[in-house]
Amino acid sequence: MKPNKLWAWIVFGIGAAYFLVPLIATFEFSLKMRRGYYSFDSYASVFSDPRFQTTFGYSTLIGLFAIVVGILVVVPAVYFVRLRLPHLRPLMEFITLLPLIIPAIVLVYGYIRLYNSSSIIPFTGSALGTDVLLTCAYVTLALPYMYRAVDTGMRAIDIKTLTEAAQIMGADTARIITSIILPNILVAVLSGAFLTFAIVIGEFTIASLLNRPAFGPYLQNIGANRAYEPSALAIISFIITWGAMGMIQLLARFAPRTSARTD
Amino acid sequence: MRAPPQSRRTMTEIPAPGRPIRRLNLEWLGVAPFIIFAVMFLILPTLYLVSAAFVGRDGQLTFDNIAGLFTDQILAAYWISIRISATSAGIGAIAGLAITLAIIRGRLPDALRSAIMTFSGVASNFAGVPLAFAFISTLGRLGLVTIILKALFDIDIYRAGFNILSFWGLTLTYLYFQIPLMILMIAPAVDGLKREWSEAAQTLGASSWQFWRHVGFPILWPSFLGTLSLLFANAFGAIATAYALTGSSLNIVPILLYAQIRGDALQNPGLGAALALGMIVITACANIIYLVISARAERWMR
Repeated sequence: MKPNKLWAWIVFGIGAAYFLVPLIATFEFSLKMRRGYYSFDSYASVFSDPRFQTTFGYSTLIGLFAIVVGILVVVPAVYFVRLRLPHLRPLMEFITLLPLIIPAIVLVYGYIRLYNSSSIIPFTGSALGTDVLLTCAYVTLALPYMYRAVDTGMRAIDIKTLTEAAQIMGADTARIITSIILPNILVAVLSGAFLTFAIVIGEFTIASLLNRPAFGPYLQNIGANRAYEPSALAIISFIITWGAMGMIQLLARFAPRTSARTD
Repeated sequence: MRAPPQSRRTMTEIPAPGRPIRRLNLEWLGVAPFIIFAVMFLILPTLYLVSAAFVGRDGQLTFDNIAGLFTDQILAAYWISIRISATSAGIGAIAGLAITLAIIRGRLPDALRSAIMTFSGVASNFAGVPLAFAFISTLGRLGLVTIILKALFDIDIYRAGFNILSFWGLTLTYLYFQIPLMILMIAPAVDGLKREWSEAAQTLGASSWQFWRHVGFPILWPSFLGTLSLLFANAFGAIATAYALTGSSLNIVPILLYAQIRGDALQNPGLGAALALGMIVITACANIIYLVISARAERWMR
């Protein structure tokens, strides 16, 4: 099978060129702010912009809330469905697939029309309410990934035996979930959390249409008004995404390998 | 301490009808937040929009909004959206499959394989506004590739008719997340092509071409088609990249809907809802194709 290798390397080379050239070009462009020689001026300009700091801080905060809410919503549901209500599984699978079917822009349009300031639950009536709505929108966007991460994590451990053992020791259900199940699926939950963060941090559509001062709309605004800062921001965003994905890879090494017993 | 001892053995079993109510409450209490969340933030907003598409300004049931979609501007928007999604999905699927085959069947070094898989995870999430910035720096009027092509080969791609703000510009940009997504989705299927199968084919005297013609591609075909429809839906709903790249100059459905939400550009909320309904119908069709085909494809994954 020697000749096979050549075509594989050619395909790899073309692919590598397509994926690396834009990164190199963006990096090179981000260094050109000062005429004549390369400098990191565009990065300095970005980091010293107070709007960068506030919008990035805001998106990070919303992202953290989205992670917490996502865990609270998904973990107990997956636990009870796996343990006691397996007939609900197809429904859960279907619901968690919906955010992939319904485009984000359609979802946020629905939110704006349904939860306007004159409705029963006027989320968009106040800034705080809109923040809550934005958090929930991000939980929804990340739902397919959070669900799959947690579900995979629970499949890998024997939750029936763990639950029985904990009950014999006298633990109640809240305690079983928080101090038995959660630590055992921590790696899976954290993977879901980092993926949520990667999706949320630069999200544009929903934040922009809800009029919140998030990082995504800030990026778009800079893109429309500046020359060199956008490429610096693209590199920064790429590094953040890489960091989140890298954490998931790193965590995967610590995942418990003790799968459900077969004996 | 509080768990009644007699429930120990039954905790892990499916409760038969007529079990004590307290226990039923507990498990439903755990699932309830999920259900309430899904109803509030997925199902109700969608149903609300779908029903709003059939309500006229006067509050009466009407099909005018749906009929209103069949104007030149809106049909053109759907048509460009469908073309961009289909083209980027098609090229992305073929290129992704080629790269996956190269790393798995072409026996590239293991380290390279895991590097590509990691990179795919990053690139498939590197969408939105920053991706648009990256491609402007690459293929924009002052982009590195544009300048190098002009300086070294005297090729002015902009004079040749290329524009990053055009159909092909957007398609080329979308490929940056479509190809990695394809690699991530199709890799398990390519892994599932057992080495024994190609060895068996070789033993029986089949050429490499015959193996792929009669064994390899027919097995990969369902996964390929399924992922293709997922890529289509993925591109169809995307807006941030297109908006950052072209502003509102490219008339695609998500940008039209964005303008409608922002400032009632169509001057008819019902028509806006109908536009959203059209998007849901198209992405839902693509996903239903994916679900049906992937259920069929799983037979070969055992």
